[in-house]
Amino acid sequence: MELKRQHLIDPVVCIRCNTCEETCPVDAITHDGNNYVVMAEKCNFCRACVSPCPTGAIDNWLLVDNPWSIEDQFGWEELPLGETGPTESEPAPLPPEEVSDLLAAATATTGPRVPAPASATSPYVALYSREKPVIARVAGNMRLTADGAGSDIHHVVLDFQHNAFPFLEGQSIGIVPPGVDDKGRAHNIRLYSIASPREGERTGFNNLALTVKRVPGGVGSNYVCDLKKGDEVKVAGPFGQSFLMPDDPEAHIIMICTGTGAAPFRGFTERRRRNAADAPGKLMLFFGARSPEELPYFGPLMKLPKSLIDVNLAFSRLPGQPKCYVQDKIRERSADLAVLLPQAKTHIYICGLKGMEHGCDEAFADICRLNGMDWASLRATLRQEGRYHVETY
Amino acid sequence: MSSINYADKIPNNVNLSEDRKLQRALESWQPAYIDWWKEMGPEGTATSEIYLRTAISAEPDGWAQFGHVKMEDYRWGIFLAPPEKDRKVNFGAHKGIDAWQEVPGEYRAMLRRLITVQGDTEPASVEQQRLLGLCCPSLYDLRNLFQVNVEEGRHLWAMVYLLHAYFGKDGREEAEEMLERRSGDPDKPRILGAFNEKTADWLAFFMFTFITDRDGKYQLCALAESGFDPLSRSCRFMLTEEAHHMFVGESGVGRIIERACQVMKENRTEDVRKFGVIDLPTIQRYLNFHYSVTSDLYGAEVSTNAATSYNMGLKGRFEETKIGDDHQLEHTTYAVLHPVSGGFQPIEVPALNALNERLRLDWAEDVAKGVERWNKIIAKHGIDFKLTLPHLAFNRAIGHFSDIAVDPTGKVITKEEFARRRDEWLPSAADLAYVQSLMTGAVHKPGQFANWIAPPARGINNQSVDFEYVRFA
Repeated sequence: MELKRQHLIDPVVCIRCNTCEETCPVDAITHDGNNYVVMAEKCNFCRACVSPCPTGAIDNWLLVDNPWSIEDQFGWEELPLGETGPTESEPAPLPPEEVSDLLAAATATTGPRVPAPASATSPYVALYSREKPVIARVAGNMRLTADGAGSDIHHVVLDFQHNAFPFLEGQSIGIVPPGVDDKGRAHNIRLYSIASPREGERTGFNNLALTVKRVPGGVGSNYVCDLKKGDEVKVAGPFGQSFLMPDDPEAHIIMICTGTGAAPFRGFTERRRRNAADAPGKLMLFFGARSPEELPYFGPLMKLPKSLIDVNLAFSRLPGQPKCYVQDKIRERSADLAVLLPQAKTHIYICGLKGMEHGCDEAFADICRLNGMDWASLRATLRQEGRYHVETY
Repeated sequence: MSSINYADKIPNNVNLSEDRKLQRALESWQPAYIDWWKEMGPEGTATSEIYLRTAISAEPDGWAQFGHVKMEDYRWGIFLAPPEKDRKVNFGAHKGIDAWQEVPGEYRAMLRRLITVQGDTEPASVEQQRLLGLCCPSLYDLRNLFQVNVEEGRHLWAMVYLLHAYFGKDGREEAEEMLERRSGDPDKPRILGAFNEKTADWLAFFMFTFITDRDGKYQLCALAESGFDPLSRSCRFMLTEEAHHMFVGESGVGRIIERACQVMKENRTEDVRKFGVIDLPTIQRYLNFHYSVTSDLYGAEVSTNAATSYNMGLKGRFEETKIGDDHQLEHTTYAVLHPVSGGFQPIEVPALNALNERLRLDWAEDVAKGVERWNKIIAKHGIDFKLTLPHLAFNRAIGHFSDIAVDPTGKVITKEEFARRRDEWLPSAADLAYVQSLMTGAVHKPGQFANWIAPPARGINNQSVDFEYVRFA
């Protein structure tokens, strides 16, 4: 399947003011007595028409296998329903073996068979591969950690331009660094969690962000962290069918992470913030880092309203203070977690360094024991129902 | 240059700092403008922060920057659309020569009048709307009202700049008088009639932005064709802003209709007033009123003034350069509807003399398309009701229909019958009182809407509908 991105105008919202047609530098917009329409073969996605549009009708981007002709568009009373995901009956293509292996290693403790949450949207998987990658252009690369901080973490935005790249929060993309290794073989594929919500790093833009930590000597992370604006990157994916966000405003989501493990949770949180900020479901975040300077997105995280997300930060290297890890913060919140854990809408996600799983597990076991629950059997139920997910590396 | 100089007291993209005399003149007008805004601008808003769109450049990507600002801190400035290379005078007696960068001496008075009349409408509508914020149906609508207001203010700046820059002492006097006239004041009224009417409620406001601001659009389109290039460039940039006003009007009325239809369906009744929403017949009467009053703004159907300003190359037709004719019109005629003994008849008149009527018909066609889209909302609910535009001769005070009485279908009737049946066709005192009774207080909770209007399909600049569009101190 080859999906294309098409720029369309919503006839319900459009007031036919002609501003877009006047503005378009490549004359891709025209109209008849009924509608203003975009010629798919002419539009180059420059977005010059978007901010002058008084209504927002212009800001619609659909994934299509066959672009709509202007004659089709002239006849519309409303936009056709967008592609929101493959149909249930359509078997998802299997990711390539090297990707499956990586995913299996990351989810070793829960096993690869943990289903996605029941309410999650069906994901697209492996639309692009190492052999047939999609070319993304780097739209920005920014260091997130403070200058003097011990770790160098980057926020890298990739733009897919006219190519469709539909993804969901929690999925990953594959990047193969260019060149060969010391044995003359092509490099292995690297997986990076997507840090954006499905509607794009910026709503309506065909882009996504990654959160990547530079590993000394690491071929993949150095390649990504050194990318410059405008560089082209070969991307495979999207990958991941299990570690997905419940698409249910009533779902409670407990998110536990360290360092760049925050990436998928940034996607989850943004999804809620932009689409259901007053959702009844709670977002609870436990986030560990050595210090605030090394905690990616520390500033923006602090600005999120308390009504949206309950943030618990654990710092392990604060001068003059005892080391604090995510499991310590989990224990501190025993009372609230004891209320959430037995609920059928509660989901737990753990993402970060391998070492963190054990500590979290013990903390949950303690909370359960003190509140008359059995963590081992609760965890089994959560896994079975796609409500307990671990991705560590 | 097209980037805007914000370092100046008056943001501009016209190299204002290089013309000290002009800069000083405008800087001395500026405090008078701010005083006018404080006195006649939106009531009770000095400390509120509003999510407004501000231009930072006249290029497509720069003129819509959004952020919360206080209205008094809004950067009103002077922005012209980028110059078009080798632009010519495209119509009239001077067709083909280079567009004027200075005022042609012999056309000075005519041009000054055109600019003054256009400019006077801008502060007038701010004055007409100054109390509406006190009964806004939502923060979203309040924000839209204020956006319209600040942009009308900016349009005044655009015209005042032209007066100051090109018309010397006379121009400066005209600019001062713009701040002295007051909408509806019997002693010093605004120049055009429709701009002395009250905008007493939100239905009137939406109708005004949909219908009367659309007259503004067509007037600006005609002036954007002007051979006087600074006027053309000013109007072209104003048009980009004007589109938002039309949107506010069309979607505003559309949402009132949507709400009326919802309540009609839910309660299986046409008598929706008891549920606190506005019934479709009342909306029809408002439409009749605003349409006929705005029709008058185009002036007499057959006009030598219009012919003169066209011939001089100062004010063109709608989309002049897209029309396939000689652009001089000396030998062509145009059929204009005239009243003739108990009926109407199209009579061919010299095309030059029919330019007002032609512009009015372009406008009327555009209004009709919007009304069609409203009718689609009604049809979608399966309700058997259609909004219609009244006959062009209905309820006119200017032009050759002003002497006759006509019902909305175009049937000529006696003046007595018109007086007797007026309230069937135009908002009655009871209609106005009812609509105003719905709008006694302001809705200030984000995401909440007054009962008589449906929420919009989407928010401004991709924000959610329940975004805090206005923050109160």
